[in-house]
Amino acid sequence: MPLLEAAGIKKVFGKLTALDGAALTVGENEFHGLIGPNGSGKSTLMKCIAGAEVPTQGKVSFVNADITAFTPTERARAGMSLKFQITSVLPSLTLYDNILLALQAQCSLLDLVFSRTRGALHDQVMTMLTQFRLANRAFDAAAALSHGQQQWLEIAMALAGKPKLLLLDEPTGGMSLEERRVTGELLQPIKKHCSLVIVEHDLDFIRDICDRLTVLDQGKVLASGTVSEIQANTSVQEIYLRRA
Amino acid sequence: MGAAKQAVQVEVGDEMDVPVIDHAPAERGTARKILPIVEGVVLVAALLAPLVLQDYLTVFATRVIILALFALSFDLVWGYAGIMSFGQALFFGSAGYGVALLARDLDITNIVLVLPAGTLIGLTFALLLGGFLLLGRHPSSVIFVSLGTLTGSYAADRLARGWYYLGGQNGIPSIAPMSLGTYEFTEGPAFYYLVLGILVVVYLLCRFLVRSQFGLALAGLRENEQRIAFFGYKAQHLKAIIFTIGGAVAGLAGSLYAFHEGFVWPNMVGVVVSTQVVLYVLFGGSGTLIGAVIGTVIVEGVSFWLSDNYRDVWPIILGLLLLLVILFRPLGLISFVLGERERVGSFGAKPKEKRNAAP
Repeated sequence: MPLLEAAGIKKVFGKLTALDGAALTVGENEFHGLIGPNGSGKSTLMKCIAGAEVPTQGKVSFVNADITAFTPTERARAGMSLKFQITSVLPSLTLYDNILLALQAQCSLLDLVFSRTRGALHDQVMTMLTQFRLANRAFDAAAALSHGQQQWLEIAMALAGKPKLLLLDEPTGGMSLEERRVTGELLQPIKKHCSLVIVEHDLDFIRDICDRLTVLDQGKVLASGTVSEIQANTSVQEIYLRRA
Repeated sequence: MGAAKQAVQVEVGDEMDVPVIDHAPAERGTARKILPIVEGVVLVAALLAPLVLQDYLTVFATRVIILALFALSFDLVWGYAGIMSFGQALFFGSAGYGVALLARDLDITNIVLVLPAGTLIGLTFALLLGGFLLLGRHPSSVIFVSLGTLTGSYAADRLARGWYYLGGQNGIPSIAPMSLGTYEFTEGPAFYYLVLGILVVVYLLCRFLVRSQFGLALAGLRENEQRIAFFGYKAQHLKAIIFTIGGAVAGLAGSLYAFHEGFVWPNMVGVVVSTQVVLYVLFGGSGTLIGAVIGTVIVEGVSFWLSDNYRDVWPIILGLLLLLVILFRPLGLISFVLGERERVGSFGAKPKEKRNAAP
């Protein structure tokens, strides 16, 4: 049984059909890349999975439960996490508090009011920050970070709740080559406990870290398979050549 | 050490504990300085005020302290949780009416009954309105909430004006003084110190709340509600909770106000008072608690002085002053002394820097 299974997803915005029967299957501890030309529906599919959009048709299952109608909060509590395409760290809070905010999301109200989990979470916050190479900036406001660092902070926040599945929408957008390389390194260790769906334009990056790929074109799945299968697929080569 | 910190950015190493720990206490040391001083100064000034003020000014100051308590309720809701409530007077005024009715119809004026009753009335109304406006399955927009609260306040005003039992346009006059046994709280220093004591207690409770981990969740709510929902926060519940707490504080203030003034009237639940409290907080600086208190004191003090000295044009002068502050100091007067970092502050008890014995 796969961890995530989205099937027959259709999403219509007015006259525009963004997704027309798209599907995505992700197994446990699998890094799955979602690629395709601009406008192929990658981000919309991510949003339908994450709960930011409700699909017009289709079904999303996660850990054997139908979550199609779940709110984002319910999905998060079921173990799904999302990093937005546009960085949405909380700029005025410190890095420390950004991570703490993510970590304490499922604490009880009384724990929060009496700050009971603060001490216990301290080490976890510092571990996350260290893992993402941000520990020396822990008490700076997130707004002071470079774009790449904000992306890392955001990935760290998305991972804080120990999700079973992390959805990353263009994590390396606007990053330098060096930052991209580091991002790849930062993501590797999470494979032990977490699956990943990643939307990305940088095909080299995708190829380096993903196990399987799904290619979307015009709201439909063009191909799905291992990285080498997709690389050998002529119709995939064609759409990338056509738009190149 | 500085070089080591720089290196962390690009280095691939795993263990960076050392720079962190020696960086942290320094940051924390500079992070909190101004706010406690401002709070201390305001408290000392408030404690001394009745000793230097003439009697009629002490009465005025009592009213200002009660309004400052009311302003705290709006600051909690807007300044900390980002809920734009244009109907805060609904909770203030309905509690005022509630205790006035208790005094008029049931002869209940005992402070240990009327203040909890007023608080409860504010809380209940806020729970009902907040539940309706905030507890949808999907988050409600700022505009929906502000119009909803505004409408609630307006409707309550109309209702109070039209309802004979509530005294219609005239409201409920000559409320018996609040009592404790045989002692009656009448206008003057005793009432002043009573409300000051209540303000200090409520202030400290609010401060505790907004500086807790719950306060961090509120900060997340204020900055990006959608984001924290994706972390798994029940954002709507958080909003309803803080809105209800705000309503309770407004209710407490409203019941004190009713007994202090000795009468209640429809304006007290209406849009004018709702807007007034928004101005206090924006003027002083939202999201700081003390800014709400300072804003109330200054706006009320300046209006009092202007209306004495510039009888005809004072509302225009006041309006211009408010506009200037909101245009050039959107974070309020407090931002002259308080930096952004300290305003946002940190949350939860300070981490026990067990390992801060670093070099």
